Amino acid sequence: MAYPVPGTREPFLATRRQDAWWVVPLAMATTFIVFIAYASWAAFQPVEYSKFGPYISPFFSPDLTRFIPGFTWSPALLILWVPAGFRLTCYYGRKAYYRSVALSPSACAVGKGDRDYKGERALPWVLNNLHRYFLYLVTVLVIFHWIHFFDAFRFNDGWGMGLGNIVVAADTIFLTLYVFSCHSLRHLVGGKIDCYSCAAAGVTRHKIWTGVSSLNNLHNVYFWCSLFTVGFADVYVRLCAMGVWSDVRFF
Amino acid sequence: MSRIVNMKVFRGEKDSGQLHDYNVQIDDGMVVLDVIHRIQATDAPDLACRWNCKAGKCGSCSAEVNGKPSLMCMTRMDTLNNDKPITVEPLKTFPHVRDLVTDVSWNFSVNKKIKPFKPRPKDADGKQRMYQYEVDRVQEFRKCIECYLCQDVCHVLRNHGKHEEFAGPRFMVRLASLEMHPLDVEDRIPFIKEIGGVGFCNITKCCTEVCPEHIHITDNAIIPLKERVADRYYDPIQMLFRVLGGK
Repeated sequence: MAYPVPGTREPFLATRRQDAWWVVPLAMATTFIVFIAYASWAAFQPVEYSKFGPYISPFFSPDLTRFIPGFTWSPALLILWVPAGFRLTCYYGRKAYYRSVALSPSACAVGKGDRDYKGERALPWVLNNLHRYFLYLVTVLVIFHWIHFFDAFRFNDGWGMGLGNIVVAADTIFLTLYVFSCHSLRHLVGGKIDCYSCAAAGVTRHKIWTGVSSLNNLHNVYFWCSLFTVGFADVYVRLCAMGVWSDVRFF
Repeated sequence: MSRIVNMKVFRGEKDSGQLHDYNVQIDDGMVVLDVIHRIQATDAPDLACRWNCKAGKCGSCSAEVNGKPSLMCMTRMDTLNNDKPITVEPLKTFPHVRDLVTDVSWNFSVNKKIKPFKPRPKDADGKQRMYQYEVDRVQEFRKCIECYLCQDVCHVLRNHGKHEEFAGPRFMVRLASLEMHPLDVEDRIPFIKEIGGVGFCNITKCCTEVCPEHIHITDNAIIPLKERVADRYYDPIQMLFRVLGGK
């Protein structure tokens, strides 16, 4: 058995690995496909299913259509490109989809076949360098998520709390952790500095950088938790609005 | 407990060869390098392999064990499925010499291209000051033992052969250690973008997964370098500020 001779390119998906290396990329690809299909479907659904009591689906928040007279399409269409762009250009998100969707590579030491590769030096992937701009935009969305988090306790009959508040809280907290553990944020707050003792407010910036670095260690975890909780928040509000589920009021 | 394990070891010279079967007696606590040495002692005295410290610190015994780039001296046999044949092959990213030995000298030529450490001028009292908290992150990179497993597993080199255009993870770590040093004033950002080819990296983190020193190559070296390149070349607002500031 002469294959693979060292120095030659391995055929597509060829490997000597004996472990189940294909499980993780397959699970990730399935999750991405299901989420994108659901989010695309939800974005075109009637807006009345995006609200139930004080709860608002995160896909439809904030309602920018109020600022655009005559805009009759779903407000989600004005919103979703921001978190979608943030996740698409996210350093962890890139790892996830390069491996699971682009199969470039699907796993470590697994063959890619004989195909051309330019990496992130050419279009479209060179645009991933604009990740920091999506960070700025998604930070605004985080603020709206927190506004809705507090608003969600104001029911028609006064202050209260239901199961939906926990769903909204999970979405808000994980989105916040995901955004504030971002690699670009880590760079911008202090990672770009070489000599902290020479820089203005260097010691403070080093402390902030250390804090963001601590969060950054779990950036991948927050990526998935945020993806699941934002999707579930929409499902929860939608099914309550459709009368399929009933929100449980605690008080 | 002693047992017999089927080892398939790559034998051959200069781009030709094949896996050879060896049934080897294995004792408790053995690592793959021990098994290779036993094969040399009992079946194939001419089997070529590099090794030195047997302690995971010299980076000589890099190979691919069951398809995974690993240090043979740090891969215990009891972590592998001994009921199936265990393959041991040379690194695939570098030119083959013989059996488990490859020519890694390309790495040395890349290293020579990197501008060396250039300290800033001394303070008025003739001293140079830096603080421990400033060099903590650079010291992580000094753990590198130059085993070149990260270079071997990197698909840009391994699958696409971009040796002329991409320096590879090992030298991104070295570049990061120089660029982030609090005393260094050399500007290597154009090198990192154009010659180092950091844009080829699509951050799939295989280098981090195989690093025997557990250096966070992608998160702490490559991504910060990508961000610095983005500062210089891909951030229109920062570019505008630089123009307005006359820099």
